[in-house]
Amino acid sequence: MAINQEDFLRLETKARDLRHLIIDTVVWAGSGHVGGSLSAIDIMTVLYHQTMKIDPENPNWEDRDRFILSKGHIGVGLAPVLADKGFFPKEWLKTYNHTGSNLGMHLDKNKVPGLDASAGSLGHGLPLSLGLGLSAKYKKQDFKTYCLMGDGECDEGSLWEAAMAISHYNATNVISIVDRNRCMMDGRTEDVMGLEPFTDKWISFGFNVIVINGHNLYEISEAIDQAHSTSDKPSVIIANTLKGCGVEFMQDNYMYHYASFDAEKQAECHRDINSYHDTRLVEAQGGL
Amino acid sequence: MGGLNYTVIESTKLSTAELYGKTLTDLAEQNSDIVGLSADLAKSTKIGVLGQKYPERLYNLGIAEQNLFGTAAGMALNGLVPFVSTFAIFASMRALDQVHTDICYQNLNVKIIATHGGLSFGQAGTTHHCTEDLSIMRSMANLTVIVPADGMETCNAVQAAYEKNGPVYIRINRGFDQKVYDSTEYDFEIGKAVELHEGTDLTIIACGAGVWRAREAAKVLKNIDGIRARVLNMHTIKPIDREAILKAVHDTRRIITVEDHNIVGGLGSAVAEVMAESGKACAFKRLGVPDTFSIIGLHEDLMAHYGYDVNGILSTARELMGADFEEDDNWDDEI
Repeated sequence: MAINQEDFLRLETKARDLRHLIIDTVVWAGSGHVGGSLSAIDIMTVLYHQTMKIDPENPNWEDRDRFILSKGHIGVGLAPVLADKGFFPKEWLKTYNHTGSNLGMHLDKNKVPGLDASAGSLGHGLPLSLGLGLSAKYKKQDFKTYCLMGDGECDEGSLWEAAMAISHYNATNVISIVDRNRCMMDGRTEDVMGLEPFTDKWISFGFNVIVINGHNLYEISEAIDQAHSTSDKPSVIIANTLKGCGVEFMQDNYMYHYASFDAEKQAECHRDINSYHDTRLVEAQGGL
Repeated sequence: MGGLNYTVIESTKLSTAELYGKTLTDLAEQNSDIVGLSADLAKSTKIGVLGQKYPERLYNLGIAEQNLFGTAAGMALNGLVPFVSTFAIFASMRALDQVHTDICYQNLNVKIIATHGGLSFGQAGTTHHCTEDLSIMRSMANLTVIVPADGMETCNAVQAAYEKNGPVYIRINRGFDQKVYDSTEYDFEIGKAVELHEGTDLTIIACGAGVWRAREAAKVLKNIDGIRARVLNMHTIKPIDREAILKAVHDTRRIITVEDHNIVGGLGSAVAEVMAESGKACAFKRLGVPDTFSIIGLHEDLMAHYGYDVNGILSTARELMGADFEEDDNWDDEI
């Protein structure tokens, strides 16, 4: 269902709050995959606060929608979303990465309420999502599975094995989303291992490809609607994003794939995030 | 076991993998949560039998093993009990990351029935032999590892795997196995060795194709040599039956292990670990593939070539009976 201005303001505010919480969690954790968390947070905000049928009181509800975080290294981005949603106490975030904590760099399904799968080794999420999609069809359940992948992750062959099979089985109940921030550990995606023509790759695998600005909540929401209403082929949303989006010194900089902050940098992050979202919220309300 | 019983009539007509296919289909008839998956080896692994009866319950993922195991894990996340079949070499190595992370780490209810184990596809060469899987798979936490001795035991193992919650790896052979059991009516329990031949002079601990050979060797040793060999069918490699091993160490002080696998890391190693930690001295010999990539040939010939056929077991048993370790209280002179 398309979002209206009221939804937009609610979601944009939520995305701002979650960005703050991610920065704090990185600090509590000592360090973390902050760049890819900030590029993906707007997508996760729309999914968890607009799209997905979930119940934090009943995290194992059989008919809930599933979210598979295939780019599992951004646990530090997803855990704040789940905690904020009420799946577990926010206090847990303060123990992130600590010895014996339920929360570590790559989240464990058997320790984190609300997490639908453990991930971390890349290229695993889409096969898992296909399994969920096929099992839902077999069991006549109508839930959807949303799989969020990194673009660097698209180097993995297993991802394309799954893409081929999703298309073969026309598993339209699996919605593939690529966080196309164009950065990976060792550099920019096109320098390390070229992905372009990226859209063509997905088209040739039989997908309905929806290319959007992954930081525009209207576009994210509309893309999901379009994916839902496409039944002749599965959909992939290629969300063009910026690594570290919302914090100026990190933005579009692959050096911030993984980082730690001192108190000064932490404060700078929070200032930047407020400034970034304030501008957008004001613009959405017709400017000053 | 599960109410499904099979007899020698089935085992005469059907190969081990065909008995697996039949058992799975019978189980599926009773349990709607069972589905099957393969990667273009539905026919070879005989999981295809399930698809003949229930086409909508067998998923072919094409020649893509990583996606095969990941998809199975996703199905298990939604409460199904996927049976996955491909060749043992691909299950244990081509898609090991998925088996490790998606299935074992998440402790999902996926049953891996790997065929063409050991050297049973002997003519195919090393790319299709699998003499490393037991070593690899028994180091995966949460995973149960079973190597049935023959077709009847495969029927029991498949039913027991379904009844057990959690991931299970069952390794079977290509083609027909020598019959150890005439029916499924015997005491099969995961993690419990079955004594097939009584003895107090030495113990032969075997799994898979080694079991029939161990029992035949024990008969010869009894009749020709007067050696009383205990034979244990150690069908479960993990969790290993420590009690049966410790009893064998205590009662017989001589142990031979027989497996259709590299002698590194498999049944022999699992037995050695228990034995070494017992603190009791024991004459010990592992039979299997001697840490080499196998030559090409028929399964029977290859087992003979590497010394774990009946004759190989016999000569090792005779050699071990000659060891005088029990009277040796001066170790220094042997260093």
